Amino acid sequence: MTTATAPSKPGRVAASLPQTARDIAVITQRNLLRNVRLPQLIILSTIQPIMFLLLFNYVFGGAIGGTLPEAAGGEYINWLIPGLLVQVAAFGAGQTALGLAEDLSKGVIDRFRSLPMARSAVLAGRTFSDLIRNGFVIGLMLVVGFVIGFRYQTSFAGLVAGLALAMVFSFAFSWIMATIGLIVKNPEAAQQAVFLPVFPLVFASSVFVPTQTMPSWLRAFADNQPVTVTVDALRGLILGDGALLPGNTVEGQVLLSLLYAGAILAVFVPLSVRVYRRTVN
Amino acid sequence: MTTPIVEVEGISKTFGKTVRALDNVSLEFQPGIIYGLLGPNGAGKTTLIRVLTTLLRPEAGRAMVAGVDVLADPKAARQKIGLAGQFAAVDGYLTGRENVQMVGRLYGLPMAEATARADEVLGRIGLADAADRQVKTYSGGMQRRLDLAASLVGRPEVLFLDEPTTGIDPRSRIDVWELISDLVDGGTTVLLTTQYLDEADQLADRIAVIDEGRLISEGTSDDLKETVGGAVIELSVPADRQDETMEALRRICQAEPLLHEVTREITVPAPDGARTLTEVVRALDAASITPDDIGLHKPSLDDVFLSLTGRPAEADAGDEAAANGSNQRRRRRRP
Repeated sequence: MTTATAPSKPGRVAASLPQTARDIAVITQRNLLRNVRLPQLIILSTIQPIMFLLLFNYVFGGAIGGTLPEAAGGEYINWLIPGLLVQVAAFGAGQTALGLAEDLSKGVIDRFRSLPMARSAVLAGRTFSDLIRNGFVIGLMLVVGFVIGFRYQTSFAGLVAGLALAMVFSFAFSWIMATIGLIVKNPEAAQQAVFLPVFPLVFASSVFVPTQTMPSWLRAFADNQPVTVTVDALRGLILGDGALLPGNTVEGQVLLSLLYAGAILAVFVPLSVRVYRRTVN
Repeated sequence: MTTPIVEVEGISKTFGKTVRALDNVSLEFQPGIIYGLLGPNGAGKTTLIRVLTTLLRPEAGRAMVAGVDVLADPKAARQKIGLAGQFAAVDGYLTGRENVQMVGRLYGLPMAEATARADEVLGRIGLADAADRQVKTYSGGMQRRLDLAASLVGRPEVLFLDEPTTGIDPRSRIDVWELISDLVDGGTTVLLTTQYLDEADQLADRIAVIDEGRLISEGTSDDLKETVGGAVIELSVPADRQDETMEALRRICQAEPLLHEVTREITVPAPDGARTLTEVVRALDAASITPDDIGLHKPSLDDVFLSLTGRPAEADAGDEAAANGSNQRRRRRRP
């Protein structure tokens, strides 16, 4: 018997750019087809945020309406929509964890990892397809908002910029969720695990109500965490400066939101790729 | 002699601190054959497949597949292999063709070629008629075949099949066997794992028996059968004479007879074939034990496993626990 030697590290040969792009496109298309072929998936995940929209607007709207800044034009719906767009972005990103956990448990990831494809394509394809899907849900949400009385107070360009920012946030959040999905592995457990970061971030924020009435310790967190920053940036873009906390500017909030997204991506893209490489079922 | 298509040398893999999944495993074989990895659940078969298909890095050892060092250049290795895992890794909401096409694209084939190749493979695997149906409408056996089709689309030199027939009905099982045999006739080399002795016996040209992470025997089916020294005596006696009978067998055959907990059948290697049988009959007669049934049979791989490991290869979880209290591993029932 020959003496066993420790295997050397593999040469990390990165796939060529065109190949990577093509592999990402193949995986993105595969994931999107799932939404098209199983329309109940997207219907169910659209109903939930619309239910949130209707409940919050008609249940809390009257009570909260009076306390809102001028910029909301006296309508809670105007205040609520930018918040809910970010909420949808955060909740929708949770699908990334679920999708990956499902692929892992079904052995699909094993197949992918045994193929001569770009290593990054499974994760990138997943986050891209979830981005497109979330864009669809966000758009639908906006339409329902318009129907029940939402009006932007700045300009159409401001609204479009706000939507774009929500998408950037959704994409960044998807990479956090990708990491969670790969670590948790089990789809049922992943479903629960995604709520751990999402719930505190969405509720301890300015999504539903202004943060001014929160206790100071909570406010310190709420005012500075990425969901509030992004929601405030959207409100600034869609409703105008008056929707912001005193001292904050639209440009400042947008920049801060983009910085958050950049920081999340800088940490979680390499982290999730690392976890993916090591994942053993 | 040609160069081996798969060469494994001193592979060891430990999970956590204590679970030795593979313990210094070495084996090699020639192209164009079916090579069977035989062993109970938890023996390390899947771990070895995962190492050879670049899914897992071992702590030690070397593995060459189709001339490529799997650990040094996994990307090149992936071009040469196909993998069908323990579960059908297919998407229910895609059609059969779309599933295979997608894998073809990920092997780097252009769209038109991936489509042509998918149709070719689906035809070969007998799923041409179902190609445009969503896979969720397929039976379990069809899904396994589709999974096999997907693993073939890249024209792999070596195909790795992890328990290709586990969990499918007996009829589909035979279909899959035929399919695998046809593939090898077409020039593909196949490495498959199985916990079914009859499957290894039927399909594999060479067999490696793996138990608790170690390679305990290797050879053709006939080679392995020879290791038990030829024939085996099977007999059953009235329950109250069992102990006496076991004692007599121990003396004559100089081996530990095995008592099956459920059927009460006793098996023991017969080193000298018919002569041993005659001796046993004589001894039983002298002790006035009348066997209900007695016979000499050619050794099966079951007997090989028994003689190699001291315990039966296939037993239902229940009677195994009764027969061998120290062995806690659970095994799947045969289909």
